[in-house]
Amino acid sequence: MTVNAEATQGAPVLRLQDIRKSFGGIVAIENFSLEVYPGEIVALVGDNGAGKSTLIKIISGVHPPTSGTMTIEGETVTMSNATMARAHGIEVVYQDLALADQQSVYMNMFLGREPTNRFGLLDRRRMIDETEKLVKELDVRIPSAHATIRDLSGGQRQGVAIARATHWASKLILLDEPTAALGVAETAKVEEIVQSLKSRNIGVLIISHSLDQVFKLSDRICVLRRGKQIGVRETAKTDKNEIIAMITGLQHS
Amino acid sequence: MPSANTAASGRPNGFANRINLQQYVVYFGFLAIFLFFAIVLRDSGFLTVRNLSNIVLQTAPATIMAIGLVFVMSAGEIDLSIGSTVAVSALAAAVTMNDYGLVAGVLAGLGAGLLVGLLNGALVAYVKLPSFLVTLATLGLFAGVSRSMTDLRSIPVTNGTFTGFFGSGAFLGIPSLIWWTAIAVAIGHLIYRETRFGAHVLAVGDNSRAAGVSGISVPRIRLTVLMISGGLAGLAGLLYAGRLQAAKYTLGETDLMTVIAAVIVGGTLLNGGKGSIIGALVGSLMMGMLNNGLILMGLSVSDQMIVRGLIILAAVAVSLREKSR
Repeated sequence: MTVNAEATQGAPVLRLQDIRKSFGGIVAIENFSLEVYPGEIVALVGDNGAGKSTLIKIISGVHPPTSGTMTIEGETVTMSNATMARAHGIEVVYQDLALADQQSVYMNMFLGREPTNRFGLLDRRRMIDETEKLVKELDVRIPSAHATIRDLSGGQRQGVAIARATHWASKLILLDEPTAALGVAETAKVEEIVQSLKSRNIGVLIISHSLDQVFKLSDRICVLRRGKQIGVRETAKTDKNEIIAMITGLQHS
Repeated sequence: MPSANTAASGRPNGFANRINLQQYVVYFGFLAIFLFFAIVLRDSGFLTVRNLSNIVLQTAPATIMAIGLVFVMSAGEIDLSIGSTVAVSALAAAVTMNDYGLVAGVLAGLGAGLLVGLLNGALVAYVKLPSFLVTLATLGLFAGVSRSMTDLRSIPVTNGTFTGFFGSGAFLGIPSLIWWTAIAVAIGHLIYRETRFGAHVLAVGDNSRAAGVSGISVPRIRLTVLMISGGLAGLAGLLYAGRLQAAKYTLGETDLMTVIAAVIVGGTLLNGGKGSIIGALVGSLMMGMLNNGLILMGLSVSDQMIVRGLIILAAVAVSLREKSR
């Protein structure tokens, strides 16, 4: 990004510099650099096996990078597990959503981070109130905070997973294929929710296979091919042909 | 957003569907069996206070084991070893008490249960062996230990304080076994329903990957539930030793099936993620009532086993049907 953009948007929430990750002798990611600014949606695209998932795992703390630096709001961080990433305000919406299907929406919202009252018992009132507030703000239409996850539709579940990430993320949300399993109407609803995250001044990094979606949602597009960063384009200044050419490595004239 | 409306409006009648059979089947079952025996056995003394309180006293050890099993099953595991942990604990308590006194005996009994739980838990949580196989092995292992410990003899428990406290005694006019049951159910229910630990147990049983990425230590939960189960089986062993004033390797031998049935009938899912301590209590009382009624009806031990087996089958069928819905 240019100095100019930094001036208008403030410091990046996430900055990756020269990230390299190898498993044994196999290089999964090399020379990867990217910044994500608050209120910005960056799409990460690439073919299967391009290294998108590895990158998500690096940012979410699951796999520490072999070399390179990661800074969050200017502070260099090293993370060795997902809990540390969460402590830095990074939340991930996993492809499988990581929801406990037989528990209520509100218990899922607070999974692993349940508030307690002064007797050390679960503060259900607070969980329910905060869940209802957030679900309303994000317009995730679920029957109630008490509803059990498995009684919800795919779109509603995705909405709950995004709402949970939104509740806890102070800096960055990673979305891994958020609409891969959804129908047309549900996809539209989830895209709307993702759009609304921009107003919360957090950075969003989204992985998607749908270029239509990428062009609809993102501010910038980062292309990966075989673990290498091919380039970053501003969505408004590029087109599908260019992105496809970058993904496949084939030049279209 | 016209297109989004239909997507998010939810299933019609979702709420009506959710009042599911499995959750309440134990209460209806309990009532039905009670009424059945009350009518059929009205002249055989089923309805006397003495008989009914006897049922509660006799089921006390099974109920307490069932509480432990609710935690284990809710976390998606199973503990088959409780069947022999009871005997090992009772024997450890009896032997130790006769040499070193009351306190040492109680500690030895509970400690033996916790150690079995620790062994099971460590193998399941950290060596990552399936709990079904681990506890099947320790079930056999400790059945052998309890036999060899005493050369199949029965160890008398003569300490009057012990037999009063854990067996035949009473406090405020209520038998101590009922106190133990009530206290264990109350504390168990509170921990299960109202603490973060209880919520984490359910989360691990429901979706261990989700629990893990949410910062819950899945191995720690697995270890803890198996230790709870072992510890409560140890307490059940003390109650048997207190009530019978003796410890023998046969204690608890036939309880495993009853306890599993009580827990499943009580609304705890076999695969974890959902359960009920109160349901397990009612399930255990139901199994005890069934035993009692069948004896009063004059059924043989083998016939009783057949009836119990059939009830477990029915309970599992309802439970699995519910899960796959």
